[in-house]
Amino acid sequence: MIRFESVTKRYPDGTVAVDELSLEAPSHEITVLVGPSGCGKTTSLRMINRMIDPTGGRIWLDDRDISTVPPAQLRRGMGYVIQAAGLFPHRTVVDNIATVPLLLKHDRRQAHAKAMELLERVGLPAHFAKRYPAQLSGGQQQRVGVARALAADPMVMLMDEPFSAVDPVVRAQLQDEFLRLQAELAKTIVFVTHDIDEAIKLGDNVAVLRVGGTLAQLATPAELLSRPADSFVAGFVGRDRGYRALGFTVADALPVHEEATVALGSELADAPGRARDGWVLVLDADRRPEGWLALTGVPASALAGEVRPDLLNLGGTLATQGGTLREALDAALSSPSGRGVIVDDEGRFAGTVSPSEVLARIEAHAEETRHAPAEIAVI
Amino acid sequence: MNPWTYLRGHQDDVLHWLWTNAWMAGLPLLVGLTIALPIGYLASRYKWVYPPVVTLAGLLYTIPSLALFIVLPGLLGTKILDAINVAVALTVYTVALLVRVVADALNAVPPDASNAATAMGYTRRQRLFGVELPLAVPVVAAGLRVAAVSNVSLVSVASVIGVPQLGSLFTEGFQSSSYAPILLGLILVVVLALVFDGVILFGARLLTPWLRVVRAR
Repeated sequence: MIRFESVTKRYPDGTVAVDELSLEAPSHEITVLVGPSGCGKTTSLRMINRMIDPTGGRIWLDDRDISTVPPAQLRRGMGYVIQAAGLFPHRTVVDNIATVPLLLKHDRRQAHAKAMELLERVGLPAHFAKRYPAQLSGGQQQRVGVARALAADPMVMLMDEPFSAVDPVVRAQLQDEFLRLQAELAKTIVFVTHDIDEAIKLGDNVAVLRVGGTLAQLATPAELLSRPADSFVAGFVGRDRGYRALGFTVADALPVHEEATVALGSELADAPGRARDGWVLVLDADRRPEGWLALTGVPASALAGEVRPDLLNLGGTLATQGGTLREALDAALSSPSGRGVIVDDEGRFAGTVSPSEVLARIEAHAEETRHAPAEIAVI
Repeated sequence: MNPWTYLRGHQDDVLHWLWTNAWMAGLPLLVGLTIALPIGYLASRYKWVYPPVVTLAGLLYTIPSLALFIVLPGLLGTKILDAINVAVALTVYTVALLVRVVADALNAVPPDASNAATAMGYTRRQRLFGVELPLAVPVVAAGLRVAAVSNVSLVSVASVIGVPQLGSLFTEGFQSSSYAPILLGLILVVVLALVFDGVILFGARLLTPWLRVVRAR
């Protein structure tokens, strides 16, 4: 656990980067510091490993006051990932990853063996080990950066906008893998970003900071979306809050309906008999949904041959059983037939659901939340 | 008479001069680099040290070499014809040239890399030797090449004050109104400069394997 106790950073010229900040980052969870530029989020992060020393207050690592730990020693126990990776250009990938174990005077061969293991863990092939950072793409460099931070198996990981220098597709991929890794490793992570969507996706807890270095709200992502503490947080969290908040509610108890289907490759002439409202769902050999087949206004003479993939409408998204209300609503709204397709964990067709049924479930959920105890704001 | 017949006639003298010229240019390079590294480091670490150090280095470099050769014996207590004077003078020039190069090379280390080193738990000294100096090698080597070539040619000026080395070929040619020794001197000075340049280039390549790999891509 990392605890800020009225931490202040005031520079000699009078600027206050962080002002009386108190917050707690629980062990084995991801705490995201998010806010606009100038909110002191990076300063706060750097105070945790003493790259910057506060001018007031204390920071605790479990029951130790970090100002009593020598900086180099403190930092070797904390993994650090920075924007654009910050790899050492003159060292190979494997030497980069082994940096901290070698600093700690671990056996060289062991450090390299551990580095190779981490290379695989972050999803890079073993033959990358002997490459230099400049031979890697931005996303690959960032993976090496994460591996390097993990090499000495630190309890704490500090991450400063680690995914913001890569393109959106790679970023989403890195975020997913980061969550998968964290599910296995359960590190205490403090993560800085300016991107509220990233904060909501990754954080167990999200601390929204405002310019001047004060805490606006510390809450779970769902709470942040449903109950912003003030207009600043509401504005920062942005539009579509209600819709995005559905992403944190499990769509249990949804009524799922049977649906007549046809298989890919079966006779087209059989399809109209199974269609409802002019649409029939097409599955592959493993009963995975492929798309919808439109039959309204199609003359019987045109229904010759097999059901082919190029005849299908692929507009609908799929929702997983036990997924979120957001997925379910999206599946229902995007389906060309008006019936949202639900699949099981293996991706096999489980049934359909209508938008009104999902909405009914959303309303029922909102009803439950309304009756939960509220914090009354005193203005 | 062409340079080669001159060389055959004066082989022992010329080889001795070549050797003197080589160490008088080479030794100051090593000593100068050793002195310039800590001064350059201080100038890169403390912002207020940089302007006076760089200005002073610039001024040192403008002192005419002949003047320095003549003034140094008085300062060092050496004999006026002592080759040490030349070596010391060239060390001064090398330092003057390299201080700024070292400071700028260290300042040009990517801040991401040195910040990451700090965040990983490097001490200041470990960071300097493990990250910053290795990354400064290409720039320092470039400065060293300039200093090497300039040293090789500056040494010949010392023949005016009577220290025998390749420059002696110029004075001799001048006195005997013969082009052969002058041409031979020119050729040998250029060859020596090329050898120095090549050695530094090769050393720098050995020290920076990562640059080769990236270029080859």
